[in-house]
Amino acid sequence: MISKDAFIAANRFGLGPLPLELGVIGKNPRGWLKRQISVEQKTPSLLQNLPKVSEIMQTYVRNRQMGNRGQNRGQGNRQSGGGQGSGGGRRSGNSFRQQQGQNYVDSVYSRTLNMIQTPAPFAEHMVKFWSNHFTVSNASRKIVGPIAVAYETDTIRPHIFGNFEDMLIAVAQHPTMLIYLDNHISMGEKSQMALNPRGGDGRARARGLNENLAREILELHTLGVNGGYTQTDVREFAKIITGWSFGGRGGGPEGPNGFRFKRWFHEPGPKTLLGRTYDSGTVNDGLDALKFLAHHPSTAKFVATKLVRHFVADDPPAAAIKKIERVFTESKGNLAKVSAALIDLEEAWQSPFSKTKTPYELVLSTYRALDIGEPDKRGILQTLSELQQFPFKASSPAGWPDVAKEWLNPETLMRRIEWTRALAAKLPRSVKPEELFADTIGAVASKQTKFWVKAAPSAEEAIALILASPEFQRR
Amino acid sequence: MKISRRDLLKTAGSASVLASASPGLVFAAAPTNKRFVTIILRGGMDALTAVAPYADPNYARLRSFLSLGKPGETNGAIDLNGYFGLDPRLTALAPLYKKGELAILHAATTNYRGRSHFDGQNVLENGTPKPYGVDSGWLNRSLALMNAGEQRIGLSVGHAVPLMMRGKTDVQTWAPSALPKAEGDFLDRLMRVYESDPVFEHALKQAMKSAALSAGVTDGMGKVNARSTSLKIMAEAAGKLLTKSNGPRVAVIESGGWDTHAGQHLLLTNKLKELNEGLEALQQHLGEAWRETVIVVVSEFGRTVAANGTRGTDHGTGGLAFILGGSVKGGQIIGKWPGLDEKHQFQGRDLAPVNDYRSLFKTVLHEHLGLDEGKIEDAIFPDSRTAQMFSGLIRKV
Repeated sequence: MISKDAFIAANRFGLGPLPLELGVIGKNPRGWLKRQISVEQKTPSLLQNLPKVSEIMQTYVRNRQMGNRGQNRGQGNRQSGGGQGSGGGRRSGNSFRQQQGQNYVDSVYSRTLNMIQTPAPFAEHMVKFWSNHFTVSNASRKIVGPIAVAYETDTIRPHIFGNFEDMLIAVAQHPTMLIYLDNHISMGEKSQMALNPRGGDGRARARGLNENLAREILELHTLGVNGGYTQTDVREFAKIITGWSFGGRGGGPEGPNGFRFKRWFHEPGPKTLLGRTYDSGTVNDGLDALKFLAHHPSTAKFVATKLVRHFVADDPPAAAIKKIERVFTESKGNLAKVSAALIDLEEAWQSPFSKTKTPYELVLSTYRALDIGEPDKRGILQTLSELQQFPFKASSPAGWPDVAKEWLNPETLMRRIEWTRALAAKLPRSVKPEELFADTIGAVASKQTKFWVKAAPSAEEAIALILASPEFQRR
Repeated sequence: MKISRRDLLKTAGSASVLASASPGLVFAAAPTNKRFVTIILRGGMDALTAVAPYADPNYARLRSFLSLGKPGETNGAIDLNGYFGLDPRLTALAPLYKKGELAILHAATTNYRGRSHFDGQNVLENGTPKPYGVDSGWLNRSLALMNAGEQRIGLSVGHAVPLMMRGKTDVQTWAPSALPKAEGDFLDRLMRVYESDPVFEHALKQAMKSAALSAGVTDGMGKVNARSTSLKIMAEAAGKLLTKSNGPRVAVIESGGWDTHAGQHLLLTNKLKELNEGLEALQQHLGEAWRETVIVVVSEFGRTVAANGTRGTDHGTGGLAFILGGSVKGGQIIGKWPGLDEKHQFQGRDLAPVNDYRSLFKTVLHEHLGLDEGKIEDAIFPDSRTAQMFSGLIRKV
């Protein structure tokens, strides 16, 4: 007999059951989940052969040197008559983008396929959660595609059951995040670079601060918008992380994933963030600030709220938030302990349907349930576009929304139904509705669902009804 | 006696009747023929790029390489009134201003003074002075005052329904799709399955109703490139649906990607082109209804006066609104102007928000859509009495 708890473990915490997996989860759903919490996170084999960030960045930098200035060098109006960016440079830029576009498609597919096939869906669910918390996006084509997946592999995966602090630092130093939120070109107004700009080509160079990354670290990654910082803190923090960049020559030694602290970009002098002063003029100021932020009480509260919203309910119960907040604080942001505490939350096991799957979760859980081998690459990626959730395309650094009212509206629901219906029509006969029903929603289906699935005029309609049912669409 | 779709649905007890409802049914008369479209530009549009105070003595100095040349110069501003000029890339707007169908409210935002996109957008849409002050949108609350009967007077175009249009009153929705439609009898059975889940049931009913209302109007649109969420497709659909005699009258469309921290000039070349195409498509497809239309284009906040260090601008405060349409007394810049220089900037960095978007919205709701002033103050924009309406903005027919 499949229990409601097995259903919750597989769907709420996992990514939907594989065929017969509910039986494996069996009588010890919490144990099944906790066994997936392992500090050693190896890169899944499907992701091992994807381009590394260093390779992608080398191509990117070489490409820029060849004359393609990329999007981050918009030309001012007054200079726009100059005819910069030779035709040759532009062409090489296009082929670069095409090549990276293909890499992007391949890497997003591998990432998705890994989540469909994984035997550790709770761990992968955590990858997805943290990757969204620390969103990078190429919705505005600001970052070159494949480094989004490389970013996740480099910064999120190793730390999902490690320390929040380590994840935060890895994220803030990764070229993908530095490009996405513009920090790689931010420099102090009194930095050497700003005072003595290099280059004699007459091109006006950027020479000052960009507060984008600093603001979003405070607002979206750590303290939260009501976490007690001011506009002055944003500016000061932006100054603290001036020089946080990648590539280039000289300066400090190259850090993980190609990070480099460029001290000639760095704003000299003391800076004060949240009452603490930083004045070493080295990379350590930024590291110390991030460590301070990682352990700030507002961060514990903000992160706990997001986790409980994700794993319990859109309107997260205060008592559950408190529990997670306490574990986060007492363990100094140990995410293995925090994850175990989420599993131990009574509130998470009370209602099997309080969350609605996002489109990505729906697609993953559908393919996990169907057992029809590897989905067609083009097809599944097109589906993700049509359902409005292509990975790494969130419209803002806040990431994808995590409440049903953002996803469950008339148009998106109809797209889900249409996709489900069309998919069911194309399935091999080996997919049997009775088996699919038992393997997925059988234990929790309403009497209406049971009746109408049984009464369906064809196997394919029965399958479509199962996949479109609220029990399958929720988690 | 008139037969409403709702009655019909009750009697028939089957949702598929909706999809096949005869277009010959008699509908309640439209409560208004006025049209109101709000376009939300998410990310914070740089207002000082869009409409440049080129004659301000501090303009060229403060905006440096982001500044436009004087009217007549290469890439110069398109003069509006001897002081302000449009960015030359806003090709759709200059002729409208000349024709008297475009007004501009500069140095404006809501009462929100933080610099978070998300809180800023939330205040812009919920209509109270606070982020997350209420979980419905002011535009949806306005619909409840319009006595539309059975008519779906609200329209949300795009996959998500923006908070501005969320609330108790059901609205029509439309989004481009390349997926094949599901058969009516399948949807009927699914509706029975959804009886156990009111949220799914309600959303599916809404979707089916919207599909029925859009049938024959937007057929095939978006099929070619459903992934495109371009403003042009959205605007075309909105225009077509708004012209139907028993169609919606109040619409919202959103556009993302206006957050220009780096390389702003090139980013805005693309975004302003998209905005031009969207506004042109809207006007074209509104056809005759353009005369009775007010379109408001707003963004959650403006950006810093000075460029940042990366050829872009950071989050600011004062932004602007474009107000266009045949019912707008255009050819004017409304509201106050704070000046650009440092001592008049908000917190020494942003264009000062001396005008309130709520003044504009209230004006449109009252003067254009005829909503009661007291009800607007109570139910739509609570605690907004300091935001006074503009006179002489709406053309009385």
